[in-house]
Amino acid sequence: MTAKKKLKVATTSLAGCFGCHMSFLDIDERLFTLLEHIEFDRSPLTDIKTCSPDCDIGIIEGGLCNAENVHVLREFRKNCKILIAMGACAINGGLPAQRNHLPLTTILEEVYHTSPGLKNGMIPNDPELPLPLNQVHPIHEVVKIDYFMPGCPPSADAIWKVLTDLLAGKEPELGHGLMHYD
Amino acid sequence: MSHTFTLDGKVVPFVDGQTIIQAASAAGIFIPHLCYHPEFKPHGSCKLCTVKVNGRHTASCTMRAAPGMVVESETEEINAERRALTQMLFVEGNHFCPSCEKSGNCQLQATAYHLGMMSAHYDHFFPNRAVDASHPDFLLDFNRCILCSLCVRASRDVDGKNVFALSGRGIKTHLIVNAKSGQLADTDFTLDDKAAQVCPVGVILKKRQGFAVPIGERKYDKAPISETAETTEGR
Repeated sequence: MTAKKKLKVATTSLAGCFGCHMSFLDIDERLFTLLEHIEFDRSPLTDIKTCSPDCDIGIIEGGLCNAENVHVLREFRKNCKILIAMGACAINGGLPAQRNHLPLTTILEEVYHTSPGLKNGMIPNDPELPLPLNQVHPIHEVVKIDYFMPGCPPSADAIWKVLTDLLAGKEPELGHGLMHYD
Repeated sequence: MSHTFTLDGKVVPFVDGQTIIQAASAAGIFIPHLCYHPEFKPHGSCKLCTVKVNGRHTASCTMRAAPGMVVESETEEINAERRALTQMLFVEGNHFCPSCEKSGNCQLQATAYHLGMMSAHYDHFFPNRAVDASHPDFLLDFNRCILCSLCVRASRDVDGKNVFALSGRGIKTHLIVNAKSGQLADTDFTLDDKAAQVCPVGVILKKRQGFAVPIGERKYDKAPISETAETTEGR
């Protein structure tokens, strides 16, 4: 008898705070059970930098605040069969999107020029730095997202529920107590 | 003699003059709603309480019950429409739950949970709306207004003050404060106003008491809105 092929799971944090990844790790010893069914591909947990072309599940934390975020998101969509938005920022822009009603130039001016103590400040312009977008966008505005895990962050139990539902071949469902926007 | 109609196959009694939602809540059946409040005249604007009566869509907060009506409410079709309406409310305003004092006690959020809203689906507007912190005891955060008009009705009909109004039309409709300056501080709005108590979302907030109840102990942490609805309160 051959062992069932493990599902490849890739994860990333775009314009997020890594809080959702921390919550993911809060599934604690259930990680061992999970690792009987999955292997991690590109992820901050493995430090692999690019997705394999045959990933089964991609988990995205954070929204889109700069050009690199969009590039990474598209790479995930291209290489993952199922894409999951994890947490408030991926779903609605979250905290980074609280800048959306301000013009980007005003923000850069205030952060690098006009705040106290920034007399000779300059706006960073290194070619290695990704350019910020005018507004922070939820990821479903750019690529098709298959499932959403709301929460800031989603609880470990909510993440566990979604992943185990998917592994069981079911539509993920979060009932009362697991479904939270905060 | 009392009459009956059926709601999702259940026989619901009603007395003359009762609307469908009033009869349903008296019978312990939850119909999702946002602008409806049992203590006020219905406004019929949010359309969350839409049901099908004999196959036709209608708002159950304004439609009077009639003998023999066949009413459908908890169907996949109607709940999908309710979910879409709720998603539109979320993208039109700035509903950033993690920073909102009303989170956990918010009818919009709890209704979205009830309807299984996993994302806002549509593109967010990210409107720019100023906060009014002029009043010594209250804060107005217009970013979260869903135009239910409960504060308008409470202030006008109960408090006799007319502090709030809806201004503009269509997508430009917005909540205003009836003062020359447009500021809440320049009205006779006070702590004991009914209008200070009715906001279903986080627009009208009492100052200096934010986040008083810890996560896990807030109203809708304990039970979903279908079990704690305003319709069954005060009875």
